[in-house]
Amino acid sequence: MQQTEPVRGPSRIRLDVDASGRGDRIFEGATKAAAWAILGLLGIIIILLIFESRNIFGHQGIGQFLFTTTWDPVFLEFGVFAFIYGTVASSLIGLLLATPVAVGAAVYIVEYAPSWLRNPVSFTVELLAAIPSIIYGLWAVFILGPVMRFHVEPFLQTYFGPIPIVGGLFEGTPIGRDILTAGVILAIMILPTIMAISREVLTQVPDTQREGMHSLGATKWEVIRGAVLPYARAGIAGAAILGLARAIGETMAVTMVIGNASTSITGSLFEPGYTMASAIANQFREADSQVYLSAIVAIALVLLLIATIINILARILIHTLVGRHNSSTRIG
Amino acid sequence: MSQQTIEQTTTEAGDSPAAGMEVRNLSAYYGNFLAVKDVSMPIERGKVTALIGPSGCGKSTFIRCLNRLHELNRGARVTGQALLEDQDIYASNVDPVQVRRVIGMVFQKPNPFPMMSIYDNVVAGIKLNNARKSRSELDEIVERSLQGAALWDEVKDKLDHSGASLSGGQQQRLCIARTIAVEPEVVLMDEPCSALDPIATFKIEELIAELKERYTIALVTHNMQQAARVSDYTAFLLSGEERYGRLVEYGPTEQIFTRPQEAETEAYITGKFG
Repeated sequence: MQQTEPVRGPSRIRLDVDASGRGDRIFEGATKAAAWAILGLLGIIIILLIFESRNIFGHQGIGQFLFTTTWDPVFLEFGVFAFIYGTVASSLIGLLLATPVAVGAAVYIVEYAPSWLRNPVSFTVELLAAIPSIIYGLWAVFILGPVMRFHVEPFLQTYFGPIPIVGGLFEGTPIGRDILTAGVILAIMILPTIMAISREVLTQVPDTQREGMHSLGATKWEVIRGAVLPYARAGIAGAAILGLARAIGETMAVTMVIGNASTSITGSLFEPGYTMASAIANQFREADSQVYLSAIVAIALVLLLIATIINILARILIHTLVGRHNSSTRIG
Repeated sequence: MSQQTIEQTTTEAGDSPAAGMEVRNLSAYYGNFLAVKDVSMPIERGKVTALIGPSGCGKSTFIRCLNRLHELNRGARVTGQALLEDQDIYASNVDPVQVRRVIGMVFQKPNPFPMMSIYDNVVAGIKLNNARKSRSELDEIVERSLQGAALWDEVKDKLDHSGASLSGGQQQRLCIARTIAVEPEVVLMDEPCSALDPIATFKIEELIAELKERYTIALVTHNMQQAARVSDYTAFLLSGEERYGRLVEYGPTEQIFTRPQEAETEAYITGKFG
């Protein structure tokens, strides 16, 4: 500490002290380390996956691995395309089923529900997100699967089967353990995520936007359609992407209902399928050769890659959706 | 809710085509909190009526009662009457949606719809209620409304740009264009210049003077000079010890600012409080 100088002496005001101190630098360093650690972790994972999967790409070409559907560990033929199809198809079904319901529920909670109902409903829905996926899986095996097999799928087959093109989606014997059932359970699982984020986004829409539309003589529905949803659409699309990301990586519940068999891709949703994640989970312990094991690690690599590609595509989609009219200019 | 609509009033005697309003014993509540108590005053047709008073006096709440916007707040309600010509907008057979078509509003903070182009912002109200209009009719409305809001020359070459890309003052004039595009009878303005710089404010004030040729205008302002400059009538609201806002004095603007009848009005306009 400096002793206070007498008034006549050199200035008692000191500006050349290190006032920011070490604390600031330590804090900055800590946050920087955290940020880099995440990047580093991702890098390590990717390097590890590439390293561990090197044997399969020595054994057969990348093209054969990615684009053929024969997965035969006995004859050491590994084609992952059917798994990719299973993952993408079941996730997209989940997304398509979940998004309208989730956004609808979020709109109801934010725009219509009386205040005493808001918190209980959102709390319950968000609680659904915390249920372990094995429980969803068990429920799907014992309840959803039979319901799909005996009620939903015969219904779809009867009414949509005869329609050309669309009918192709509903060919085959309804067995309740197929891509459609997996899609439905995924929809149920990602619904809370999409709803919770959409609700948050809708809450952020400024009241001035609603009032502006109201003052033009809009009905409640017109206010929601014309002012609230357009304002929130980037956020809602973001919510859907997070849901999709969860669906792509989801393993346990899907493994229990998707049928885990795939020899060919017929395009029917009643066909048993196999996702990349369930293939890894089911076969990891059975891998009895170097090549087999590295083929399974390679699935993980492809899964990571596809998740990344879908995320990038989704971001591009959001950008074009919002892009033109979302200048950085602030309102007001 | 009744489907019955407020009929567009036809031109009667007098030089303005717009309709006037008459507020009778209007009180506004937020839940159990009384925000505005027992206000009775006219909003003269084709004139500018300014509502002045210190912050928290309830002037914004009051003006939001005039197009039934107040009741959109949770728990908010209104008692009393507000007549548009001879029809009470709070009558049980009146649809508030129809009221807001006839009585438009411009807000404190410019609130164009950021996802819409300038063009679509202007016709946003026209496109409501299933109105079917041809492209050329819409083009005409857009040009007329933007002319009316003194914005046409600045934006006519970029109608497809976002409404959010304009400056604050332009955004506010865009909101005015949007409001007059549906040809309301009354235009309510809730501190329309409080977020704007002096030049933009001046343009809006000029515009208000033009708009009163065709519309009845009620204007909330915290700026007494603005009230004196643009309004024909002035109402002074105040919330004292009792917390709720009340109408202290209403009269021709000139009289309120030169010979106020009430001591509280005099104290306020001479800057003794608020």
